[in-house]
Amino acid sequence: MVPYLRPQKINHIHFLYTGLSFLGFGLFFGICAALQYVFPGIGRDLFSFEKLRPLHVSAVVFWIIMTAIGSMLTYIQQHQQEKFRYQSTIPWVYFLFTITFVSILTSYAMGIFGGREYWEFHPLFAIPILIGWILCILLVLQNLSIKKRQPVYVWMWLTGLCFFLFTYVESYMWLIPFFRNNLVKDMTIQWKSYGSMVGSWNMILYGSSIFLMQKISEDTRYSHSKISFLLYFLGLFNLMFNWGHHIYTLPTANYIKHIGYLVSMTELLIFGRILWLWKGSISTAKKHFHHKAYQFLLAADIWVFLTLGLAIGMSIPALNIWIHGTHVVVAHTMGASIGINSMLLLGYCYDILHPKASKQRPSSLRENWGYLLIQFCLAVFWISLIIAGIMKSYWQFNPSPVPYSGMLQNARVWFVLFFLSGIGLCIGFIKVLSPLFSRKQAC
Amino acid sequence: MPRISYAHGMLSMLIIAFLIYSVSIYCMQITEKNPASNAAQKGKLIWQEKNCIACHQLYGLGGHLGPDLTHTAGEKPEAYIKAFLKTGTKVMPDFKLQEQEIDALIEFLKYTDQTGYAHPRSFIIHSNGTVSAPTKN
Repeated sequence: MVPYLRPQKINHIHFLYTGLSFLGFGLFFGICAALQYVFPGIGRDLFSFEKLRPLHVSAVVFWIIMTAIGSMLTYIQQHQQEKFRYQSTIPWVYFLFTITFVSILTSYAMGIFGGREYWEFHPLFAIPILIGWILCILLVLQNLSIKKRQPVYVWMWLTGLCFFLFTYVESYMWLIPFFRNNLVKDMTIQWKSYGSMVGSWNMILYGSSIFLMQKISEDTRYSHSKISFLLYFLGLFNLMFNWGHHIYTLPTANYIKHIGYLVSMTELLIFGRILWLWKGSISTAKKHFHHKAYQFLLAADIWVFLTLGLAIGMSIPALNIWIHGTHVVVAHTMGASIGINSMLLLGYCYDILHPKASKQRPSSLRENWGYLLIQFCLAVFWISLIIAGIMKSYWQFNPSPVPYSGMLQNARVWFVLFFLSGIGLCIGFIKVLSPLFSRKQAC
Repeated sequence: MPRISYAHGMLSMLIIAFLIYSVSIYCMQITEKNPASNAAQKGKLIWQEKNCIACHQLYGLGGHLGPDLTHTAGEKPEAYIKAFLKTGTKVMPDFKLQEQEIDALIEFLKYTDQTGYAHPRSFIIHSNGTVSAPTKN
């Protein structure tokens, strides 16, 4: 065994490097999957879309989970300012997740499925993930005092961890025939769990970003302020009740849809707050832009604004009906997972793995081209998906003899743009990630 | 520390409301005119094992490489669907399905067709921003 990976040497840093490796896989499989839109049928018998899509999606989900946990554990240690207790649990969590995630990707490549969208793996793989998550919660609880007054980010970490566990178990209720054999009920619970699950990992990520921002600005007032707790409760309220906007077309109970609609509209408060604080954000950006980790937090802020705007629009049933089942929904997901989640995670990676970057002189355009390429390509990627989605929407609302494949063919130019911007994104990520791998500075 | 106890109270209230809401959803009655037959239930598992949702959708939820299949069984003849399942297409691979698996998948698609309306254009838009679908007879 490589000394670097000896169990007693495993710590939170390894979560970050393993997470970054999953990001690499996610990007590679994403490019391969996008190629199928440009050249339909390419690799049909070897790596068809039903294999490539879960390979891409799961690798990205594993990147988010591994890196979110690794950064949270690091920040808990920094927050507590004392030695981590029960350090020996970390290798267990690490190996349970890593071995399971690699096995899942291998099973996809072999065409073994059995789960459902986003968790397509065989349900047996769910068990080690569940054990690993419970161990992780116990580890965090052993290291955080819930008795003393804690800042908002600690609340967010604990909330995210517990709700992920709840929604993860809930997403496997389909194993019980009572739920599985009624399609509408099953799909309602499926999207209830998925909607809240994304909210759960966002809670963990946003908790870490508040901690990181506090570290950069050296100002601890926000994390104890009333407004931070109000926004936390607003986020939690949405995590619990806004998922109904995913299933407006499903013939499920109307109260679920009405609650989803009403609760989603409370996100307008967050949207309004971003607009209200816009001017202040610009001066903060000027002050900290040389800080590499801050650049990613800033990018995530912009993508929060764009993605939230789109999400609020999609949450109005009368508008949702036009874009439901189109690539506009994909644009929203990509904006959230690349623009928000990945930007935040890269910020944490830079802060933890390459802390010297914060002390460098202000970044010039030449030095920063990887970061800027990501933002530019993501914008093109996002817009091309939205336009392809609008074309599909037009096709859905105007019955014509054009078959589905013909509609996709008509939108091909946008898929070519989507594919090319995807390649640009990969190049940008390689440029941005290379300093993290070329000078490992585990702290 | 009054703010913290207020926060704990708020959190407890939200959790209780969430649990009540969750249980109400687990217990809700969704009556089906034609409940899933054994063959349809088997077809649903095959649908998952072959990961059909990666490319296709049900009620607009799923992948985008292939069409939504919620009402395919109601709109296309059985032989047409069978031909697709037997050989695949230029994009869809041949999954080498056995005859019973094909029949089970078709039963599942017949069942999904009966569960409601999925075409967005069939929805009625109301002035308060909500939508409603015609009920399936």
